[in-house]
Amino acid sequence: MTEIIRVLIAKPGLDGHDRGAKVVARALRDAGMEVIYTGLRQTPAMVAEAALQEDVDVVGLSILSGAHMALVPRIMEELQQRGLADLPVFLGGIIPRDDVAALQALGVSAVFGPGTESQTIISYIQNAVRGDPA
Amino acid sequence: MTRASRRHPDGAALATSALAGDRQATARLLTLVENGHSQGHIALAALYPRAGQAHVIGFTGSTGAGKSTLVSEVARELRSRGERVAIVAVDPTSPYSGGALLGDRLRMHDLVNDPGIFIRSMASRGHPGGMARATRDVITVLDALGVPVILVETVGAGQAQVEVARVAHTVVLVEAPGMGDDVQALKAGLMEIADIVVVNKADRPEARQTLQAIRSARLRGRFTEHERLGNAHPAADSITPGWLVPILETSALQHTGVADLVDAARAHREYLVSTTLWESLRADQAKADVEDWLDQKLRALAHERLGEARLMQQRPWCRTSSPS
Repeated sequence: MTEIIRVLIAKPGLDGHDRGAKVVARALRDAGMEVIYTGLRQTPAMVAEAALQEDVDVVGLSILSGAHMALVPRIMEELQQRGLADLPVFLGGIIPRDDVAALQALGVSAVFGPGTESQTIISYIQNAVRGDPA
Repeated sequence: MTRASRRHPDGAALATSALAGDRQATARLLTLVENGHSQGHIALAALYPRAGQAHVIGFTGSTGAGKSTLVSEVARELRSRGERVAIVAVDPTSPYSGGALLGDRLRMHDLVNDPGIFIRSMASRGHPGGMARATRDVITVLDALGVPVILVETVGAGQAQVEVARVAHTVVLVEAPGMGDDVQALKAGLMEIADIVVVNKADRPEARQTLQAIRSARLRGRFTEHERLGNAHPAADSITPGWLVPILETSALQHTGVADLVDAARAHREYLVSTTLWESLRADQAKADVEDWLDQKLRALAHERLGEARLMQQRPWCRTSSPS
């Protein structure tokens, strides 16, 4: 029996900067995870529905448009509506430090800015999945 | 179902919830089945008798032929005809890291908000043949849940990745223009398992040529022979005896030819049912399921025993020093 970590990497919102999301997706693939990459311009409902259908262990969002304070609450709400409130969600992109506390209050478990080592993200995911309360 | 139940899943309960329409239970069940979890086996045993109704359409062809885009167009066409659809999309697992990048949803954006569509990405997990080992089981679950049409997209397949023929009723071979001459179309492998051949990207200028190359390669061999013999002796390489393989043009980009493709797939289904091939296909697949299962079990057993024997040879003291 195999238990492979499944990760959703999604780009909600309208910015077209997917380099970061692709670099992370590739790093996670190379760390032995199965990465479902949704591509650009996802609505909050699309992200939540993909997380549900793919039964992922963790969701990574990449937002570089500055719209994170608008998008993240809606994504969390959509996840909640689908019974996925305790799914770990992490965020990457251009996120001002001042917003991090508010995002964490919304349920985002980690925020990774530019320059983050991929190993940091890999370790975070491994811990988040293993630490999933039974 | 809560996520907390992930640690101690209950296959029977998940099957019941999934049958009641719980999409999260369905998704979770597919994971258990994919992982070969014992609770997944329990759920499969409960669901298996309900399966056998869905029309499984497999899409194969080389990387970049436009399979994902075409599958998404076909799903949209089926939805417009009022059918619920599931898509199972397989992408390759890295032989080095064991990880995978599953990017088929990328081409299926506008299907995601439709509750009549369920999309599941699968990694091949080292299984050859363009499918994952558990693809059949995943199809069985979706079939048992009453999804009438299941579209299966293989790993961008090479010439010999013909396993899709074992899981699908109808195999659609997706070709793109400019991928080779008529000799390619004569080679054995993928071409032989197709029930429908599609030249996708028909908006490209080279499409005509590709279509003609495939048509002439196919016509010279199988079909004229078919017609001469009045279908009494179906060609040996025919996966569906007596079926004349339509060769169609589609442009997923310009939304052309997709309705014809769906019609052809429907016609193929009706042909299978009317000739009782549908029944025998199901029997063959059940047999293949058992063989697969035996193969896995025996392989595991052989590895175990071989390991023991090798250990005995290399470390004879293991034999003598074992406590009586």
